[in-house]
Amino acid sequence: MAHVTADSPSATEPLLKVRGLEKHFGPVQALYAVDLDLPAGQVTALCGDNGAGKSVLTKCISGVYLADHGQIFWEGQPVHIRNTRDAAHLGVETVYQDLALCDNLDIVQNMFLGRELLRRQLLDEDEMERQAAKTLAGLRVTTVRSIRQPVASLSGGQRQSVAVAKAVMWNSKLVIMDEPTAALGVVQTRQVLDLMKRLRDRGLAVMMISHNLTDVFEVADRIAVLYLGRMVIQDKASNFDRQSVVEYMTTGGMSRGGGQAAH
Amino acid sequence: MATAPEPGPDLTAATEAARAEVPPELVAQTFGEYVRAYVARVRNGQSGVLPVVIGLVAVLVVFEVISPNHVFLSAGNLVNLFQQSAVFIVLAMAETFALVLGEIDLSIGYVGACGAVIAVQLVQPATTNWPWWAAILAALAFCAAVGAIQGTIISRLGIPSFIVTLAGFLIFNGVMLILLLLGPFSGYPLISGGNSPNLQVLFNLMSGTIDPTVSWIAMAVIVFGLAAILWSGDQRRRRSGLVAPPPSLTVLKIVVIAIAGIVVVAISDINRANFGVLAGVPWVIPIVLGVLGAWTLLLERTKFGRSMYAIGGNPEAARRAGINLPVIRTIAFALCSVTAGIGLILYASYIGGMSNNVQGGQFVLFAVAAAVIGGTSLFGGRGKVIHGVLGGLLIGAIDNGMYLQNYDVQRIDIVTGLVLLAAVSIDALSRRSAASGTANRV
Repeated sequence: MAHVTADSPSATEPLLKVRGLEKHFGPVQALYAVDLDLPAGQVTALCGDNGAGKSVLTKCISGVYLADHGQIFWEGQPVHIRNTRDAAHLGVETVYQDLALCDNLDIVQNMFLGRELLRRQLLDEDEMERQAAKTLAGLRVTTVRSIRQPVASLSGGQRQSVAVAKAVMWNSKLVIMDEPTAALGVVQTRQVLDLMKRLRDRGLAVMMISHNLTDVFEVADRIAVLYLGRMVIQDKASNFDRQSVVEYMTTGGMSRGGGQAAH
Repeated sequence: MATAPEPGPDLTAATEAARAEVPPELVAQTFGEYVRAYVARVRNGQSGVLPVVIGLVAVLVVFEVISPNHVFLSAGNLVNLFQQSAVFIVLAMAETFALVLGEIDLSIGYVGACGAVIAVQLVQPATTNWPWWAAILAALAFCAAVGAIQGTIISRLGIPSFIVTLAGFLIFNGVMLILLLLGPFSGYPLISGGNSPNLQVLFNLMSGTIDPTVSWIAMAVIVFGLAAILWSGDQRRRRSGLVAPPPSLTVLKIVVIAIAGIVVVAISDINRANFGVLAGVPWVIPIVLGVLGAWTLLLERTKFGRSMYAIGGNPEAARRAGINLPVIRTIAFALCSVTAGIGLILYASYIGGMSNNVQGGQFVLFAVAAAVIGGTSLFGGRGKVIHGVLGGLLIGAIDNGMYLQNYDVQRIDIVTGLVLLAAVSIDALSRRSAASGTANRV
């Protein structure tokens, strides 16, 4: 099946390499020998129709599912990601589509949820607030009125920004974003896309799952397309146009024959 | 507390709406700004403890005006009122653990009653004659075990807490009756009228008094301690460049705490006996304050408390954040039952023993009512321990005031029910207006 093209934009070893990943649920095979490269400092868009296996692949990387076969290399070294804690330990953070924020807690409390800083066994609110403010300022998320306001009072784009800030605060090196713009309006989508570019500029690897090809072409450096559990192509975004991506997504690129597909 | 209605003429509707989203103390830099922000927030339906405080003041004023010879606000009746309310207050604080998780515990009345019977039985000189502290520890350990078992069933088997604790309600009603019949007391073990020092300690929990000098000193220590914590916390935030509430507001808070402390001790030190001398702060006040302080610290300043609020707000987010939901839920139900045990031991102290007259079902309903009236949400994720104190005081005041008026018990129940309905309506309305402000919310 598809192997990775040699002309990957950065000559160095990608941050995360997936090789021959397989996953099945009972009799249903969800992923067939999938290869994927996620280089640092680049946004990789993972495209595919419903049921193509995007979520399963994502969850295998973020430790929610355990892959049946195949290997994952992190900075060139083979690693076993058995659970989300392992993934977080490596520096993989996932921003889920539903964002996983607690509406009743404020921004700082959400960003540190489950990893609160303590001072003499009690919550160190001041230090958490300082670090949260620093992270948000670093991402230039400045539209919130107070970082002590409950998340319930934020707009969709602000909530997405908080979820991203939560992900990058832990020195993460790879941020996976599941449909980051699906629920957002025009202005808020712009905020989030800008945020993703800033993550890339800071040298992080970003993987974005999206149906929205406008957003994909706006922000992605690389595009990878899954079709029925198989990785049919991954290459520089500049080597695609909308038409070709749609075709890979819907037919697996079979009608085109050659092209950039690396069969 | 900033309550003066000062709608600033410069407030446009838009800025008012924007301000309403943010707790006033977060953005206000001056006292005036704080008041305006608070008013805007209340108008938007996020009223916090304001309704219950207003309700409490109104109830106190009305009953003082109409009570015969204006005895309602007399020193004797006020102390009595607090003692009557103490059981509701502590049970409401217990129920807060379940409510914050978005659960409910219907069993606390009888589980706590079992604990109280255990304590009362163990100190009986005629039988086991345990020291009072060992008896109380045994009672609370029993409650903790029961709460942990119920919490385990709820969290590991995924059965709704309503059903599990309904079963617990029935089971421990029966267990309580069995425990009552142990020993030679015909189901009525008493702690009043005995000479044993262990009996007397239990009996004094509610009405034993503290020497005036000691109570003044203790009050001063508590007030200065709280003032120092509030003030130094603000200073630390300001020094490190974080937004702190305006100093005038902090001073106001400290002054209110100091006045409350002085008033409580001064009223308690007035002789409230018709014959002889009965004066001093009853033990139950420091006991309730101790529970309030400990549980407030636990819920608002520890990782455990933060996890509880997270589970109440969004269990899935809490799970993904690595919080161990079953463990937190089990501990919370155990603490809920332990606190209920404290509440029912106070009840035994008030009654002077235990008997099968304990209305465990009514206790649960009043505990939930008190917590919700105080401002704790039935829907999980929102609520404070202090809400149970305020709600319990309001229910106790209504109960006491109508009793003084010689109203029948059925009318008292009707009024209490109406107050509960009003409180739940305020909760639901504030949720709705908060939800309408943001998209993607239920």
